[in-house]
Amino acid sequence: MVVTALKEPAASLATRRTPRVKTGRRDSQTRAAILFLVPASIGFLAFFAWPTLRGLYLSFTDYNLLRDPTFIGLDNYLAIAGDPVFWNSLKVTLEYVVINVGVQTVAALALAVLMQRFTRSMVVRGVIMLPYLIANVIVALVWFWLADYNLGLINATLDTMGLGKIGFFGNEDLAMGTIALVNVWRHLGYTALLLFAGLQAIPRDVYEAAEVDGAGEWRVFRSVTLPLLRPVLAFVLVVTVVGSFQIFDTIAVTTGGGPVDATRAINYYIYQRAFERLDFGYASALAVILMILLAAIALVQNKLLRANESDLER
Amino acid sequence: MAIIAFKAGKRPSLSAKRASNADDAALAKSKVSLFFGRLALVIVILITLFPIYWMFRTAFSNNRAMFSEPLSLLPVDFTFGPLQRVLGLATTEEALAEGGSGASINFGQYMLNSVLACTLITVLQVTFSSMAAYAFALLNWKGRDKVFAIFLIALMVPGIFTLLPNFILVKDLGLLNTILGIALPAMFMTPFAIFFLRQFFLGVNRSIIEAAVIDGANHWRIFSRIVVPLAWPQIITLGILQFIQYWNDYLWPFLVGQSETSKLLTVGLGIFKSQTPQGNPDWAGLMAGALVAAVPIFILMLVFGRKIVGSIQSSGVK
Repeated sequence: MVVTALKEPAASLATRRTPRVKTGRRDSQTRAAILFLVPASIGFLAFFAWPTLRGLYLSFTDYNLLRDPTFIGLDNYLAIAGDPVFWNSLKVTLEYVVINVGVQTVAALALAVLMQRFTRSMVVRGVIMLPYLIANVIVALVWFWLADYNLGLINATLDTMGLGKIGFFGNEDLAMGTIALVNVWRHLGYTALLLFAGLQAIPRDVYEAAEVDGAGEWRVFRSVTLPLLRPVLAFVLVVTVVGSFQIFDTIAVTTGGGPVDATRAINYYIYQRAFERLDFGYASALAVILMILLAAIALVQNKLLRANESDLER
Repeated sequence: MAIIAFKAGKRPSLSAKRASNADDAALAKSKVSLFFGRLALVIVILITLFPIYWMFRTAFSNNRAMFSEPLSLLPVDFTFGPLQRVLGLATTEEALAEGGSGASINFGQYMLNSVLACTLITVLQVTFSSMAAYAFALLNWKGRDKVFAIFLIALMVPGIFTLLPNFILVKDLGLLNTILGIALPAMFMTPFAIFFLRQFFLGVNRSIIEAAVIDGANHWRIFSRIVVPLAWPQIITLGILQFIQYWNDYLWPFLVGQSETSKLLTVGLGIFKSQTPQGNPDWAGLMAGALVAAVPIFILMLVFGRKIVGSIQSSGVK
């Protein structure tokens, strides 16, 4: 079972401690590291690094899968700058992100505080994160059915109450908000659990001190809980903003970008350009822009995060 | 002996975690706030569970009869028809009689496809990522941290960006409409998996490894006989998380797997929905399909709930 290559340095290590032995061991470790990294490196190079470079290159080409890509310089980017559908997709994506992340963060924070104050139950935690484990596609379809104009439970209820039906997915002004709220339902428990973990990490004596000082509930939340939670909150915001920018599945199975282009979010537009119009060069350029946008957002939020950490140490 | 040393080294951090969980039980004191707090929690749980219940309710309803009773909280004219319909067990006449479209759909096959693809991805990805994590966490070699940083950069690249070239690659390899084509981009590694495991491998007591080296064990043996068993709970947790993620994935399998033998459950659902007649949709069948796709997740949650919740909570503190 013992491999000779390793036996050698081990044996010499026992007899004489020379620098040569050390380098011998390091070399064996380097060799082992290379072997251990072979499969992961194949995956990394073939499916992350190479497609990233190829995607960058394709963004400067005209490419429809059938003919070889032809280099056209910055033409795709110039066309995007003047593409009203692109600007609209950016607008509706932002609309989605603001509603989704806004509502979700506030509600999750409330839920996390509720859990911390009123329950230790693992079952409750399991139940509230259940929606997060269900596929986007399933969640989208269940809510699409619940909110269906003709037969869905929500509209049937509104109808019997004499309130009039609402075209949640069919109304241009409501569709993106509806999709944002559907995904709030899916992510609420997950986000609340992340924040709950942050609350757990706040030392108990801080609260006791505030209590001794006679601070009320709201004041404790605002002056103790919130500032101490800010690093976790910032982390959660980075993750949720970057995630919700890439909204796709829900749109794909419900509205398909409509009505008109009220829900044609950036990811969906990239998909349509690439696979419905076979415009891979243009779609790649859109994806490059999305990547730069996300990197910028993460960078800004990361700065926020760092500022908060120093805040905590005070 | 080595294993005992590691466990003893790890125990303090575990018990410290438990203590911090217990001591901040800042449970409310007054009965009024207790009542309203619990009430709010009950409402949240109801809002969480009701749509899932509605999926069950609809999946066991007769699609034709459902039109007359949209408000019924119980299944309308209870039937297994929709489930039989989506699993390809009902005849066209039976399907039409209960308000199905009569088109042939086979979620049983899609279930098999999903199980195959997700198992293939998860087993290989976790194995290869463990090996990589071992190299990054427990071996000393020149440039290690730089290479690790490069691997992590891949986390920043949005999925849709690599998806376009990956599609071209899989197409050029002739792997469209195959399970292998669906699995290929994710089955070697993901930066997340390596990152996740490296965290735990870093906690392995190095003196055990040095001792094993002196005893003449090679690195494969140290990896497979010492490190993997020690980190087994975390490896299983990662496996469950990744399995669920790929089970729920939609866009990539939708682009790559359109044939009957490569269509995953989520893809089958999307296609079922888009093909259902606009004026007279088969809601019961659609919800039955959704149920088939969701039930494995419910089972995983029942069996591994504590592990899953724990992994998400700890990712928040990091």
